[in-house]
Amino acid sequence: MPSRRIALAAVAVIAALAPLTACGSSADLTIYSGRNEQLVGGLLEKLEERVGGSVEVRYGGSAELAAQLLEEGDGTDADVFFSQDAGALGALDDAQRLEPLSPAALDAVPAAYRADDGSWVATSARSRVLFYDPRQVPAADLPATLDAVTDPRWRGRIGYAPTNASWQAFVTGVRVLRGEDGARAWLRSFAANQPVRFENNIQILDAVNAGQIALGLSNHYYWYERVAEVGEQAVPARVHYVSGGDPLGLVNVAGAGVIAGTAQPEMARRAVEFLVAPEAQQYFADETAEYPVRAGVTSSRHALKPLDQLQPPDIDLSDLASLQQSLALLQETGLA
Amino acid sequence: MTAPPGPVRTQQAPSPARRGAPRALLAAAVATGALACVPLVYLAVRALEAGPGTVVEILARPRTAELLARSALLGGSVTAACLVLGCGLAWLLTRTDLPGRRVWAAVLALPLAVPSYVAGFTWIAEWPGLAGFPGAFLVLTLVSYPYVLLPVAAALLASDGGLEEVARSLGRGPGRVLLTVTLRRVRPTAAAAGLLVALYVLSDFGAVSLMRYETFTLGIFTSYRATFDRTPAAVLGCALVALAAVLTWAEHRARGRAGGWIGRGTPRPPVPARLGGFRPLALLTVAAVAVAALGVPAVSLVRWTLAGTSAGIDWAGLGGAAVATLQVAGLGAVLTTVLAMPVGVLAARYRGRTVTAVETAAYAGHALPGVTIGLALVFVGIRLVPAVYQELPLLLVGYAVLFLPLAVGAVRTAVAAAPVGHEEVARSLGCGRTAAFARVTLPRALPGIAAGAALVFLTVAKELPVTLMLRPTGTDTLAVQLWSHTGAGAFAAAAPYAVVLVVVAAVPSVLLDRAAHR
Repeated sequence: MPSRRIALAAVAVIAALAPLTACGSSADLTIYSGRNEQLVGGLLEKLEERVGGSVEVRYGGSAELAAQLLEEGDGTDADVFFSQDAGALGALDDAQRLEPLSPAALDAVPAAYRADDGSWVATSARSRVLFYDPRQVPAADLPATLDAVTDPRWRGRIGYAPTNASWQAFVTGVRVLRGEDGARAWLRSFAANQPVRFENNIQILDAVNAGQIALGLSNHYYWYERVAEVGEQAVPARVHYVSGGDPLGLVNVAGAGVIAGTAQPEMARRAVEFLVAPEAQQYFADETAEYPVRAGVTSSRHALKPLDQLQPPDIDLSDLASLQQSLALLQETGLA
Repeated sequence: MTAPPGPVRTQQAPSPARRGAPRALLAAAVATGALACVPLVYLAVRALEAGPGTVVEILARPRTAELLARSALLGGSVTAACLVLGCGLAWLLTRTDLPGRRVWAAVLALPLAVPSYVAGFTWIAEWPGLAGFPGAFLVLTLVSYPYVLLPVAAALLASDGGLEEVARSLGRGPGRVLLTVTLRRVRPTAAAAGLLVALYVLSDFGAVSLMRYETFTLGIFTSYRATFDRTPAAVLGCALVALAAVLTWAEHRARGRAGGWIGRGTPRPPVPARLGGFRPLALLTVAAVAVAALGVPAVSLVRWTLAGTSAGIDWAGLGGAAVATLQVAGLGAVLTTVLAMPVGVLAARYRGRTVTAVETAAYAGHALPGVTIGLALVFVGIRLVPAVYQELPLLLVGYAVLFLPLAVGAVRTAVAAAPVGHEEVARSLGCGRTAAFARVTLPRALPGIAAGAALVFLTVAKELPVTLMLRPTGTDTLAVQLWSHTGAGAFAAAAPYAVVLVVVAAVPSVLLDRAAHR
C-alpha cells in the first residue's frame, strides 16, 4: 500500500523537522510591530544592538496587534508596541495598557508628536497628499482645499482607499476640524461625486499612473518609494501637497509605547528612546521616505518636501483615536 | 482500493448496530467538538459583555442586514456556480471520452493551491473593472470549485455503472439518465462539498477585500481595524456562526434523505459517454476553466517576478519559508486529521442527537474569519495554557479548529464507504471492536482519510491571520512572507513566495487527484 508508506514517510519527515522551531525563544525584550518587517526590520536589528539584550519582534497589522494585546491582557509577553498609527496606541492607552515613557523619549520630539499623558511618542510622520496625473490635470487646476475635491469636474475621477487606516484617520481629522455636521456635509458631497474605491494606496498610485483616475487621496511616501524602485521617469503620477492648514494636508504619525506591566521596563524605555534618536530618525528619512519627528534630520535619499514647509492643519493627534465616530459617519454616508 | 464515494454510504442505512456508540469514541468526538466550540465561547463572552441591549442594537442596524444579504448572495451564487462547474467537470473527466482526461483532471485540481488573495490580486491588477460582486464571485468560484470537483469525481469513479445501464435498458435517454440517476447518486457528496464551499465563502477575507465587496467578514475586519472595539465584531461573528449552523443542519438533512439503495454485486465500471460533436465545446470549457483559474495568476506572478528592481530573489528566505510552511502544514494536517477521526467515524456509523450536535459543532466555526478564531485562541490560550502560547502546539490547535470540517467530511465519507458488514464479520470471528475497525475498516478508509489530510495541508499552507497571531516568533511561512512583502508594496519581491506557495500547495492537490482516480 504505497499511499500508507508515503503518509508514514511524510509524518516521519515532519516529526524530524518539529524540533527546529519547537524550542521557544525567550528573548529579553519582545516587540509587537504593526509596522512592516520589510520597512523597519533593519532598524529593529540595530535596536537590538543598542538596547543591550536580545530582542524578539512579532509582526502583524497594527489593529490586529492592538486587539491581540487587549485580549492578552496582563499575560502578554510584549514589552513594546510599535504602531503604524496613533489610533492603535490610543486604544491601548484608553484601556490602561501603556506605561508612561521617559522624559528622554518624550522630549526628543515636539509636543504635537506625543501623547498628552506621555503614554506614547511619535516615531515618524507622514503627510496626506493628492497623487495626480499631470497628463489629465495641469498643476494650476489642482484642488487647493478640501471643498475643491467635491467639485463636479472630479466626478468619478478621484480615488480613495476606504479600508486604509490613514483614510480613516483623515476623516477623523475632518471631523475634529469641522465638527460632526461639517464632516457629514463634506462626506455627503464627496460621496455624491462618485469617488473610486481602492483596497490600498498602492492601487491608487497604480490607477493614477495608468490614467484611470485623475486624482488619488493617499500618503506621500508611496510615491517616493515607487520612484526609488523604478525611477522617476517610469512614474507618471505627481504629488500635490495641500497646504494652508487644510484637512487634506493632515500629518499623521507612527509611534511606540511601552506595555503596562512589562518585566523589562528599563530596556523597553531604551528601545523607545532609540526609535526617536538621530540614528533611527535618519533611517526613517532615508529608508521609508517618512518624515523624521526629531528636529535637524533630513533625508539623504528622497527629495522630500521639508516637514516645516507642509503647513498641516493644527490638530491634536490624540484626537485621531476617536475612530468609532468616524466609522459611523462613513457608514452613514456610504463611504465605509 | 477506492477513494471516497458518497452515495455508497446509503448501503448501510438499514443495517448497522443501533446499540449506540462506544463510550470512548463518543468521549473523543465530544472532546473534539468542544475544542471546535472554543471560538464560540469567546464570541459569546465578548458579545455579551456590553449587555444584551448592545447586541440587539448591533444586529438591528440596517448595515448588519445589508452585510448579511451581501454574504448570502455571494455564498449562494458561488456555491451554485461551484456545484454546476464541479459536477459538470467531474462528469466530463470521469464519464466521457474527453481527450486527455487524466491530464485535465490533474490540471483542474490545481487551483485549490492558489490562495484567494493571490487570485484576487492578479485579477484586480489585470482587470480593475471587476471590482465588486463580479470580481468576488469570479475569484471565489475559480479557487473553490475543486472542493466539489474532487469528491464528486471520486464518487462517480467509484459508483456502479450497472444502475445506469438498467435505466437505459428501461428506455431512458442518456440525458435523463445523467440527471435522474448519475447526478442523483452523487447528491450527498455534492451537498457536503457545497457546504464546505459556502462556509469558505462566508469566511473569506482575501478575495472580498481585494474586490472591495463588503461582506460580513469584511465588516468584522473593518470593525476591528477602525474601532478597536471587539464587541461589534463578536456580535457579527455570532451571526455568522448561526448562519453556519443553519447551513450545516440543512446539508445534514439533505444528505440524510438522499436515497438510492443499490445491491451489493461487483461494481462495474460505467461505459464512457461519447461526446461526439460536443467534444470541441467540452475541450473549450475545460481549457477556459484552466486558463482562468491557473493561467491568469501564473502569468501575473511570472510578470511580477521578472519586473522591478526589488526582484533579486532571496533564496535563503524563500527556502526557510518553504520549510516552515511544510512543517506547520504537515503537522497541522496530522493533528487535524487525528482530531477529526472520532467525529468522522461517529458520523459515518451512528445516528442520533449527540452525533448531529458533535458534527454541527465541528462545522460551526468554519464560517468565521481567521482573525476572530485567532483572537479567540489568544484569549483562551494565554489564560489556560500560557506555556504553549505562541508556540507550535497552540498554533497547530488553531489550525485544527479552523479546518476540522475538511478532515471530518473526508473521514466520514471514507469510513462510510467501507462496508460495516465486514467489520461485523470480523467481530463475529472474535475480533474486538477496536481491532476490527483498525484491521478491517481503517485500511479501506485510509486513502480517503489521507485525501482529507492533504486538503487540510494545502489549506493550512495558505492560512495567514491565525498564523500571524499564534506562530512561534520567527516561524515565517510563505503566506507570512507574502503578506510582509506585499504590505511594503514590494510585489516583485513577493511574487516568488506566491509561486513557491502555489507549488507547495500543489503537491497535495496532485496527490488528491491521484487518490480520486485510483
